[in-house]
Amino acid sequence: MTMSPSLARRWPDLAVVALLAAFPWFGGKFEVDLATTIMILAVFALSLELLVGATGLVSFGHAAFFGVAAYATALLAPKAAAPALLVLLPAAMAAAAAFAAFVGALSLRTRGIYFIMVTLAFAQMAYYVFHDTKLGGGSDGIYLNVKPVLAVGGAVVLDLDRSLAFYYFALAALVATFAFLAVLLRSRFGRALAGIKANEQRMRAAGFSTYPYKLAAFVVAGALAGLAGFLYAVKDGFVNPEILAWHQSGAVLLMIILGGIGRLRGAVLGAFAFVLLKEFFQSEAIFGAFARHWQLLLGLAIIACVALMPDGLIGLAAQLRRTRAVAPRAS
Amino acid sequence: MNGRSQKIAAVLCAAALTVTAAAAQAQSKIKVGFMLPYTGTYAALGNAIENGFRLYVQEQGGKLGGREIEYFKVDDESEPSKAVDNINKLIKRDNVDVVVGTVHSGVVMAMAKVAKDTNTLLVIPNAGARAVTGPMCAPSIFRASFSNWQPGYAMGKVAGEKGAKKVVTITWKYAAGDESVEGFKDGIAASGGQVVKELTLPFPNVEFQALLTEIAAAKPDAVYAFFAGGGAVKFVKDYDAAGLGKTIPLYGPGFLTDGTLEAQGASAQGLLTTLHYADGLDLPKDKAFRAAYQAAYKAAPDVYAVQGYDSAQLLAVGLNAVKGDVAKRAELVAAMEKAKIDSPRGTFTLSKSHEPVQDIYLRKVEGTQNKVAGVAVKALADPSPGCKM
Amino acid sequence: MDLATFLVQCLNALQYGLLLFLVASGLTLIFGIMGVINLAHGSFYMIGAYLAYALAPWVALHLGGGFFTALLLGMMLAVAFGYALEWGFVSYLYEREHLQQVLMTYGLILVFEELRSLFAGDDVHGVKPPDWLTGSVPLGDLMTYPVYRLFMSGVCIAVALGLYVVIARTRIGMAIRAGASNREMVQSLGVNIRFLYRVVFAAGVALAVLAGMIAAPVSSVYPGMGNQVLIISFVVVVIGGIGSIRGAFLASLLVGVVDTFGKVLFPQAAGVLVYVLMAAILLWRPEGLFRQG
Repeated sequence: MTMSPSLARRWPDLAVVALLAAFPWFGGKFEVDLATTIMILAVFALSLELLVGATGLVSFGHAAFFGVAAYATALLAPKAAAPALLVLLPAAMAAAAAFAAFVGALSLRTRGIYFIMVTLAFAQMAYYVFHDTKLGGGSDGIYLNVKPVLAVGGAVVLDLDRSLAFYYFALAALVATFAFLAVLLRSRFGRALAGIKANEQRMRAAGFSTYPYKLAAFVVAGALAGLAGFLYAVKDGFVNPEILAWHQSGAVLLMIILGGIGRLRGAVLGAFAFVLLKEFFQSEAIFGAFARHWQLLLGLAIIACVALMPDGLIGLAAQLRRTRAVAPRAS
Repeated sequence: MNGRSQKIAAVLCAAALTVTAAAAQAQSKIKVGFMLPYTGTYAALGNAIENGFRLYVQEQGGKLGGREIEYFKVDDESEPSKAVDNINKLIKRDNVDVVVGTVHSGVVMAMAKVAKDTNTLLVIPNAGARAVTGPMCAPSIFRASFSNWQPGYAMGKVAGEKGAKKVVTITWKYAAGDESVEGFKDGIAASGGQVVKELTLPFPNVEFQALLTEIAAAKPDAVYAFFAGGGAVKFVKDYDAAGLGKTIPLYGPGFLTDGTLEAQGASAQGLLTTLHYADGLDLPKDKAFRAAYQAAYKAAPDVYAVQGYDSAQLLAVGLNAVKGDVAKRAELVAAMEKAKIDSPRGTFTLSKSHEPVQDIYLRKVEGTQNKVAGVAVKALADPSPGCKM
Repeated sequence: MDLATFLVQCLNALQYGLLLFLVASGLTLIFGIMGVINLAHGSFYMIGAYLAYALAPWVALHLGGGFFTALLLGMMLAVAFGYALEWGFVSYLYEREHLQQVLMTYGLILVFEELRSLFAGDDVHGVKPPDWLTGSVPLGDLMTYPVYRLFMSGVCIAVALGLYVVIARTRIGMAIRAGASNREMVQSLGVNIRFLYRVVFAAGVALAVLAGMIAAPVSSVYPGMGNQVLIISFVVVVIGGIGSIRGAFLASLLVGVVDTFGKVLFPQAAGVLVYVLMAAILLWRPEGLFRQG
């Protein structure tokens, strides 16, 4: 029996999923917690990859959709009873998608640097709404008191309060997002987005109306960011306005550029690399007292990565092969 | 071996393991995790708290409950958004037995939630968020400092007694600010006074100019302001520069003038504040504490150092009662609940919601000191609305 | 709000807007002439404030000078620093995409913040203004207004006039205006574009540093002070139109008014209003008020 070619290409992805599935058996409490965080951020990064990598729309306000969904989760959940997963998750994603539709409809009228700035502006607006008004808990944030459960006919099938159950739920979300985007980008819709990224004017000259495609990509990206936001809110039961801050939007952009723009695997790899890099620099075991200044090392690492690895970590092997291929000829 | 001797062997092994484990625990150290601001606007407060805590442990010969202490530290940067990750580092990565922290009320609320969910012992050496001893209260959460409401209530009572009827409040928009103003409103209500305007600005913003203009326009009988650290320095100076101090008396909780008088200089002279601690208290415990702190750290202590010291005292009461066996949580908590702490501020006990019941002093700024000018309220207990313990 | 209060609030708005202009003018020049998005611009403001704090005792001890000597010394250091930074780092950003510029300068923000933490610590500091500026002038019987804030506004207006003169009436100003409209054309006309870029960047840094130095006595010197001013400056630059000094001036005043009156009239919505303003203007004129080329 021979494996179909597409399955053969997929083996690294399957290997990673298997590794993640087996991780709780050999990782400690803190490490499993960290892995859960990374998987949630990987979903977030994948959602931005759809916008930046696939469509060429550099958004500096993506954290807004993450945050809106997280707040929707905390605000819509009842104070004392366990919310229904099948109601709360779609509601959170819908809230994020609705805000994305609003922001997209208005921002997509601008281009280039102005588009970057307008998306930033809308994210800041959302930030201040949650930070300054009575809607959320202000700068101190709000809490999710009871975690959602999946109940079928009165029996609890999945209780997200149990950390192992939540870990696998997050893993499932990551796999589902990855698979969904892989299929989407291979479809006609995905190829239209690729065309828009390559040369929008040419697409329009060919009779394509690009605005609806861009808006659709923006909304789907927002909804997927909302999935990540929902997971974030459920994980710790605590939502704070800082998750909408422009630092978060910058961090997720960094993740996809670190991993490699234009590749879905790059987004996932970038999320892993970013969190692990942060943990590495903050580790007192390695840097001692200097670990307090971990942001210095992170800043230098960011500059180095962007300057030296334009294709990100995923493209590193290819980049090294290229430089090695050129060198002998030079002598 | 047949089944019966197998069972006996198993029981003996288990017994042996338990004994060695207990012996090992008795000799091993108690892990104390500090989650405090070591950077940012509250850094000086974080350091003072840790110094106070360590001073008490040192005075006990480096041991509490017969066991030595191993310290772990995490910088919370006064950021509520990072609070959960930070406390998880202490609880899940370092496996501490007790968490001591923090300064910022928003951070401590997230900490309390995690402590409650993981049943970790938490002793709070400053942050006065009422929610922590209110709706979020738990047997494992204790506070050795104050609630945001207490100094505010006392100041409201004093302001009312001085004849203020229309007051404008100004503070940062976060839990500590809101609760302090609430306390003031409750305190002044008894004498018929009212807060006519509540001005706020986002934490840690210090651009007060527009709001000072608003205060001047409102022409109140008094102003109640809650700020701390760098913000307190700036506000008192700006208030003075705007000429408002001459016509509108400024009141505030002690944080407005604690640890800030050197920087505030002339602009703070004569200010009245209320707090559970003051300079010039004629108490032997306070004099001894000040001398010891000065000798150990070459600096004068402040209310934050006292609170750190008292956190260690409170924890010691519990640890001594269980002879260092932190696994006996119920007895440990019961002992701490009944504690009567001989603090440099005076003696205090704990309410049912684990909040200090203490005297609130009235203080007046003289030079670089907040001199005690009387007791504003005796044995003030926060009603802790919402606590079901 | 009665008339007296209204006028005082206008004064507050003007002072805030003018200070914002000082920072934003540097940003719009760098952005417009060199096409570089520099997120680290807020860090220059912070560096200015910390310079004011650090130089004051040194200048008093070794040069016997006061506030203005420190100011002058700070400006010289800023120009040298800007020149060196352009040569060593920024010049590599010209050929890169916007996204890469955003991220590399974001990394620079982190580096500057931590270097500041290493060398100047994390405490909040105050800076004393010169003695002859520490009074207050009475504004009717309402309140008194600090003289130093009037001085700040004065400096900003002087700088604005100076910028106008340089840009509208000198050769280098001509090159700058041309460069803002069409960079390639200017290069092909033989203007030494490398030198022009270096000068413009150094000037932009110096403007931000100056803003930080004169704002220090009023705003205190604290970690993270650069971040707040950065985002608002970007908003100002985008509203005014990238590369337009005139636009930056008008936009700064607009933002100053919206922010000040917003804080007072709608305290809960104050933070949002500035962004609503920006979104509204961009939807009306997608390239700012005074677009360049």
